[in-house]
Amino acid sequence: MLSVDNIELFYGQVHAVKGVSLTVNAGEIVTLIGANGAGKSSTLKAISGVHPTKAGSITFRGEPLQSLPAHAIVGRGISHCPEGRRIFYELTVRENLLMGGFLLSGTTALERLETVMELFPRLRERLTQLGGTLSGGEQQMLAIGRALMSNPALLMLDEPSLGLAPLVVEKIFQRVVELNQGGLTVLLVEQNAHIALGISHRAYVLETGRVILSGQSADLALDERVQKAYLGG
Amino acid sequence: MFLQHLLNGVTIGSSYALIALGYTLVYGVLKLINFAHGEIYMIGAYLGFILISLIPTLPPSLQGNVVLLLLCVMLLAALLCALYGYYLERICYKPLRNAPRLSPLISALGASLFLQNFVMITMGARDKIFPQLLKSATITLGGVSFTWLQVAIIASSLLLMAGLSLFINHTKFGTAIRAVSSDPYMAGLLGINVDSVISLTFMAGSFLAACAGVMIGVYYGTINFTLGYLGGIKAFTAAVLGGIGSVGGAMVGGLLLGIIEALGAGYFSSEYKDVYAFFILIGVLILKPSGLLGRKSHERA
Ligand SMILES: Nc1ncnc2c1ncn2[C@@H]1O[C@H](COP(=O)(O)OP(=O)(O)OP(=O)(O)O)[C@@H](O)[C@H]1O
Ligand SMILES: [Mg+2]
Repeated sequence: MLSVDNIELFYGQVHAVKGVSLTVNAGEIVTLIGANGAGKSSTLKAISGVHPTKAGSITFRGEPLQSLPAHAIVGRGISHCPEGRRIFYELTVRENLLMGGFLLSGTTALERLETVMELFPRLRERLTQLGGTLSGGEQQMLAIGRALMSNPALLMLDEPSLGLAPLVVEKIFQRVVELNQGGLTVLLVEQNAHIALGISHRAYVLETGRVILSGQSADLALDERVQKAYLGG
Repeated sequence: MFLQHLLNGVTIGSSYALIALGYTLVYGVLKLINFAHGEIYMIGAYLGFILISLIPTLPPSLQGNVVLLLLCVMLLAALLCALYGYYLERICYKPLRNAPRLSPLISALGASLFLQNFVMITMGARDKIFPQLLKSATITLGGVSFTWLQVAIIASSLLLMAGLSLFINHTKFGTAIRAVSSDPYMAGLLGINVDSVISLTFMAGSFLAACAGVMIGVYYGTINFTLGYLGGIKAFTAAVLGGIGSVGGAMVGGLLLGIIEALGAGYFSSEYKDVYAFFILIGVLILKPSGLLGRKSHERA
């Protein structure tokens, strides 16, 4: 479904992604793990088009993505829920969600809103509240809900567990698994390798801008190097 | 007397508010002060003048309803000015989107000088006198004198402000403007074309400024190509007074500024009319640096 081939990404002089290649097949949960600064978020930014690549190619459902601006890539069926949630604090929960469905027609957006609220009933109770007044866990649900509004084929989640209590993290990942079982393909970036390898089918390990390991998540979880570096074993 | 000054203040203040909205909207999405905005207001006044001068050339059957004609003039001038606003952004700001923060400021000054001189050369440096279309009688009610023109100006301004509030708070594109103001990066990720939203913001601000220009032109009866300078500074002051970036703040700030000026001119000296507002501004900024309705912006990384 998604194929990333040898991409290079720079921030000025900083060479953040050095020839990363990866594929995501329809129906999979694929996870990227790696230490801080390994280039995980940058890889997602390249896919969603918010940061240009210097070289390499990205194709989604057979079509090249790199010539498209970020706002057009959403329309192709990729939704990027970025690091730090980025809730619109001054907008209500409802408005936040509706902005997620910006490209949809009015009635379709309202139908989608209903679906997303069924997924996260907590959001329904908070609809008229300002985004900035939600708790961290609720904000993460809102961020994921907002990303789902566009009814994507591929959802990219960047560190959804960040700063949340273990119980909330568990709940959120449970939703992600359910969504995947419902047919959604997921590309997940996670610091918490334990959970990430637990719920994903395949994984890539990034280090200083390169893929150093990849394979079935279950196998990687047993890999000595992965255990040492990311699973505290 | 107090009520009289108040009414005069609200008349002029509602125009300040309309112009101030343009500053505040653009600041919201770009975090930039569009210092050429005053010139858009001036051009709106000139477009109003040109269109009003054309009225006598219309077939007599169309000349009946002067109020309706003036309304059409205002709307047409505003639509044309929206195009000015669109191109102003495209030409002067968009190429500098990622430039150092000082560059757009210089570009704005350049645009200001260009537009002023453009109007001076094409329209002449002397004052333009608006034809008297409305023989508006002065009405006195409870010691307060006013004209229907004044009532019409206040009513139109309030309607325009209500319209803008509705647009910003209750439509999809209005919400998108607020989303871009809050986090343009995230807005882009959700499929919002940030460039289009920025253009839309410039167009809306220019539309309102042009309405103010036409109304002020008709109200005072004369305009000059330097009109945008003081008008721009005053409205900018109003926007800062109310809290830059806040739509409600621009409205409150504009009205307040007009009232302060009128009261100051009425009770103290009209020579210093243009100064009172700045005293108040300094006072407010010392007590509440983010302005009356401004919120502390939570900056993101
Ligand atoms: N906006 C930026 N400007 C300059 N350098 C950046 C920027 N964003 C990221 N970098 C650098 O690029 C490299 C990769 O960053 P990236 O955010 O992709 O890492 P990450 O794997 O997501 O890390 P984390 O787990 O901390 O989120 C890092 O060295 C980082 O310092
Ligand atoms: Mg990251």
